[in-house]
Amino acid sequence: MSGAAEAGTVARFAGVSHRYGARVALDGVDLALPAGSSTAAIGPDGVGKSTLLGLLAGAKRVQSGKVRVLGGDMANAGHRAAICPRIAYMPQGLGRNLYPDLSVRENMEFFARLFGQGSAERLRRIGALLEATGLAPFPDRPARNLSGGMRQKLGLCCALIHDPDLLILDEPTTGVDPLSRRQFWELIERMRESRPGMSLVVATAYMEEAERFTHLLAINDGRILFTGTPAEIKARTGAATLEESFLALLPEAVRAGHRALSIPPRAADEHEPAIVAEHLTRRFGRFLAVDDASFVIERGEIFGFLGSNGCGKTTTMKMLTGLLPPTSGSALLFGRGIDAADISQRERVGYMSQSFSLYTELTVLQNLELHARLYHLPPARARVRIARLIEEFGLAFYIGQRAASLPLGIRQRLSLAVAVVHEPEVLILDEPTSGVDPLARDRFWELLVDLSRNRGVTIFVSTHFMNEAERCDRISLMHAGRVLATGAPAALTAAKGAKRLEDAFIAYLVEAGEEAAPRSVSTPGERSSAARAGASTAPVRGFSLRRLFAYALRETLELRRDPVRLGFSLFGTAFLMLVLGFGINTDVNHLSFAAFDRDRTPESVDYLKEFRGSIYFTEQRPITSYQDLEHRLASGSLKVAIEIPPGFGRDVRRGRPAEVGAWIDGAMPFWAETAEGYLEAAHQLYLSDLAVAGGIAAGTPDLASIESRFRYNQDFESVKALVPGTLAFMLALIPSIMMAVAVVREKELGSITNLYVTPVTRLEFVLGKQLPYVALAMVSFLSLCLMAILVFAVPLRGSFAALAVGALIYVTATTGYGLLISSFASTQIAALFGTAILTVLPATTFSGMMTPVSTLTGLPALMGRAFPMTYFLPISVGTFTKALGFSELAGPMLALLLFVPVFTLASLMLLPKQER
Amino acid sequence: MRRSTANIFWLGTKELRSFFRDYVLLGLVVYAFTIAVYAQASSTAQELHNAAVAIVDEDHSPLSRAIAADFLPPFFKPAQEIEAGETDRALDLARYGFVIDVPPHFERDMRAGRDPGLQVNIDATAAMQAGIGADYIQQILDAEIARFAARADQTVRDPVNLVMHVEYNPNTTTSWFTSVMAIIGNITMLAIVLAGAAIVREREHGTMDHLMVMPLRPFEIATAKIAANGLVITAASWFALSVVVRVFLGVPIVGSVPLFIVGVMLYLFFATAVGLFLGTIARSMPQLGLLFILVSVPLNMLSGSNTPLESMPPVLQVLMEFSPTTHFVSLAQAVLFRGAGIDVVWPDFLAVAGIGAVFFVAALARFRRVTAMAVT
Repeated sequence: MSGAAEAGTVARFAGVSHRYGARVALDGVDLALPAGSSTAAIGPDGVGKSTLLGLLAGAKRVQSGKVRVLGGDMANAGHRAAICPRIAYMPQGLGRNLYPDLSVRENMEFFARLFGQGSAERLRRIGALLEATGLAPFPDRPARNLSGGMRQKLGLCCALIHDPDLLILDEPTTGVDPLSRRQFWELIERMRESRPGMSLVVATAYMEEAERFTHLLAINDGRILFTGTPAEIKARTGAATLEESFLALLPEAVRAGHRALSIPPRAADEHEPAIVAEHLTRRFGRFLAVDDASFVIERGEIFGFLGSNGCGKTTTMKMLTGLLPPTSGSALLFGRGIDAADISQRERVGYMSQSFSLYTELTVLQNLELHARLYHLPPARARVRIARLIEEFGLAFYIGQRAASLPLGIRQRLSLAVAVVHEPEVLILDEPTSGVDPLARDRFWELLVDLSRNRGVTIFVSTHFMNEAERCDRISLMHAGRVLATGAPAALTAAKGAKRLEDAFIAYLVEAGEEAAPRSVSTPGERSSAARAGASTAPVRGFSLRRLFAYALRETLELRRDPVRLGFSLFGTAFLMLVLGFGINTDVNHLSFAAFDRDRTPESVDYLKEFRGSIYFTEQRPITSYQDLEHRLASGSLKVAIEIPPGFGRDVRRGRPAEVGAWIDGAMPFWAETAEGYLEAAHQLYLSDLAVAGGIAAGTPDLASIESRFRYNQDFESVKALVPGTLAFMLALIPSIMMAVAVVREKELGSITNLYVTPVTRLEFVLGKQLPYVALAMVSFLSLCLMAILVFAVPLRGSFAALAVGALIYVTATTGYGLLISSFASTQIAALFGTAILTVLPATTFSGMMTPVSTLTGLPALMGRAFPMTYFLPISVGTFTKALGFSELAGPMLALLLFVPVFTLASLMLLPKQER
Repeated sequence: MRRSTANIFWLGTKELRSFFRDYVLLGLVVYAFTIAVYAQASSTAQELHNAAVAIVDEDHSPLSRAIAADFLPPFFKPAQEIEAGETDRALDLARYGFVIDVPPHFERDMRAGRDPGLQVNIDATAAMQAGIGADYIQQILDAEIARFAARADQTVRDPVNLVMHVEYNPNTTTSWFTSVMAIIGNITMLAIVLAGAAIVREREHGTMDHLMVMPLRPFEIATAKIAANGLVITAASWFALSVVVRVFLGVPIVGSVPLFIVGVMLYLFFATAVGLFLGTIARSMPQLGLLFILVSVPLNMLSGSNTPLESMPPVLQVLMEFSPTTHFVSLAQAVLFRGAGIDVVWPDFLAVAGIGAVFFVAALARFRRVTAMAVT
């Protein structure tokens, strides 16, 4: 601790600002978090909560201002490395930093290894945490099969594995059912009791959860509106709930126009059913997504679906839109069965899917126009309708902006506008307001209420917000694919004798057999003391083999559980080798030729005999005219045409110089040049036959004989050279592509955060991930070698050891190449096609597979020399066909070896240890 | 019908707008049709160019020196003299592709009519060069010996002279061939990638669901994607051909570019359908990428655009007859290099269109089934 001022604080921000491009996420934030406190950052989505937490955890780079955490400056990499074992960070999103293919225990082991724990310690801690969180019964279940609530508990286990002093949780309960949510907070409470020194910082969008915390940070628009205890904030604003207090804290300008939402009652006379679901059931394989759901939605009603993520809301809605056929049961829309092929039915429905149903690269107006056109509104009516929607939905200000750049709340309004452009009678909205701030949510609901009450539109909406559910005329409570109860919110609450809908929901869940509370926590005391003792085995700073191994092991497990990738890398490679090994062949024989014999004498037949007898030529039907000659050459059916002029026989007999014409198709230059050689050879053969036949003056007498020796490959079969080349090509293409995807995947899926906030260094991360792919590539290498020898009958004449060592260096370099590309690509697709395009061309053309590198000049030469395959090819071809060993191949091996550190260092430089 | 056309048109404009906003993809397309074509064309991979020759001169006569001086650019680098014992190592390390061994007393023996032997060692692992280079060297040596003999008044004119005309590309300049083949390779890759990624992207972003609840038929959605991506690739090919190939590489194109472009459009029918098909199989972008490699690499490498089709095993030749890529390569060569008209290439056009249509229908059926099942 550097000063008295910091003695009582765990973190301190001074003038911290953060921007993403032009967007300001944090704007001059000052704050101090007392040690041992529990703090909640509250506020709508997109106001800077996550940025604040990311800066606190060291996951994001400090842009401006000072961030001091645990007594040091977070801009200082040395300090970050020193304190990161004392911080635990759980990013936003259900289990985002977990590995879905790994089991509960494997996930925890991975984190334990990252923090340098030995196996005995690991075992003890994991056992204690599993027990405490109630996950003990399923240590071997893959994380992807856990429910949202369990996933969050696992995330917490992984965060607590190293006994942090500062625990940072970013929206840990968003999208989790209320029962699990309650259990989660109870768990946190107990953890805190057992470790009173630990400071807790949480971000949450559920205002009611914030009541539990000792400190609140109310954040809006990148600024802190208020800090203090929940009681203080309510006292200051004079409001009863935190949500109301928060609204009261907002600047006047933002609040303007906001009024409490009032929902007029429905007219009592409409009870015609609009949607009827009867025993709807949907299975995906063995997974039962929706289990016997039945309900009736009346015309003009606002009907809600309340439930956690993954409880079957979306699947049910998809069945009602006809997107998904039910496994059993039926659904009726206005009395008619739902038929995916019924176009007229679709015109009566508007649908807003959970993910945005907008084309984000189109502008507001373009989106509206596109949909109006696709629904075939007559142009005049479309204009009126769009103008009205723009006005009603308050979109005028944004008309020319691209949907991608709109604030979330506005985007949501546009989505709704687009969904109602054709004035549907039924609106199906799948979690339309998730991630939208309370004010925008109220405006959105005003629009829904207007549609329902004034236009008679039937609205079917799903949500995981209790207060939204309370606004519906009737709701269904959903859990694990089942409808637990249906009715008016007030009636459901009353039926369980509960005060709030949330309590009623929990009562229904308990009734349905969900576990009410986790096992008691038996270990906190001893755990805590063990942790203190364990703190002496602080993670190694600098390079740690254990952490590298943790990543290697994890990658191997994941790879083993992804049959598509694994299968592709082994069988796909073998398939390509088979096809290309047989197909890529530069032997030229069976050149199609035809004779245009205008002489028709024994002499002309003698001449043509040389061609007819050769295996290099295959004769086609004779040419009848110049026009025929031209046509057949142009169509490609002839490669060579030989014309013998009239009088040829006479001239030869009389010893007068005769001339024969040959036409060669030059479209493919390699063909043409080879054909020229064959023609010349056949012609020479004729001349010497002619000389031997005697009688006529001999041509060039044999002055000297020229002997051509094709070395290494006496029969000059291209397969001998091309199969070792194809092997090198495969080992360049496949390992680099697999590697490239592996790193970018972590970026896209979010688990890259573990690189940012755990003690693992970039080098450990990179090498750890590379190891399994190098091993996999070596397995491929062995199978390719076997194929070369057994299938293609290309014997390995030289040293296998030299080939294997060369291959090992080579695949390390090619995986490094993939790594390099992936470290600057941000999407999987860019990494994939980048690697493909940047590998195929240099590999096939510039690396010496078809033509020696020494003959290249300019750009191709440069591209060739900077590509590892150029140096592996001599090793592969050399050991297979030239019988070479280590001593002859030392040069290319050393060159290849150079690529490894170069690629690794370049990747390290391009891979940031912190998020921007 | 009119309704369908309007839907396809408006969906197509949406596709185009998305494409032009995806700068990474745009960058890849630009690279593929400019720099990549240029680089491949300037690689001289298929002709004898800059070949490295060594000579073991054990004769040190005027004749052996004349032979050494005969190897001229652009075909050969100047011949290097090496020692007799170095031959094996030089070839092992691929320092030289060809080593010519002139034995001691070569010139003297020849004057004496003792038929001395001259040895040419060829590294037969340099696939495309070894054969062509050996022919060249044979001719150079023949000519030099003949010249020598002429001075010694020992030669007579050949009774029959073979006059060779290389049609369409008299100097057998590789770049004429490789530049156009590079464009074709790019068309295949990009058509598959763009169409496939367009599907997977809509599935990943959830907008496919949205399209499916609108009064649109799968046929209209698929056709719009094919038309829009096809348009982009056709334009890119036209640009690459008329600007990069014609202007920057200076390749004279004798044939009809419009006819070739018609061929491109027919071919795109097939290639985008394949992309569409793969897009319906792949569950994620990485899987699409892997599938794409498995399909596009063989299609391209075995189409006759890299190595001659006739050199492949008969089974593969028959198989590749069913690949429109093969017919497309063949028609492109005929139209662009040999100046063939539709009267000559119609069978290839027919094959491309026919096989393309079969794939299109199959892809559409699969697309319809998958979209009917929706994505989870």
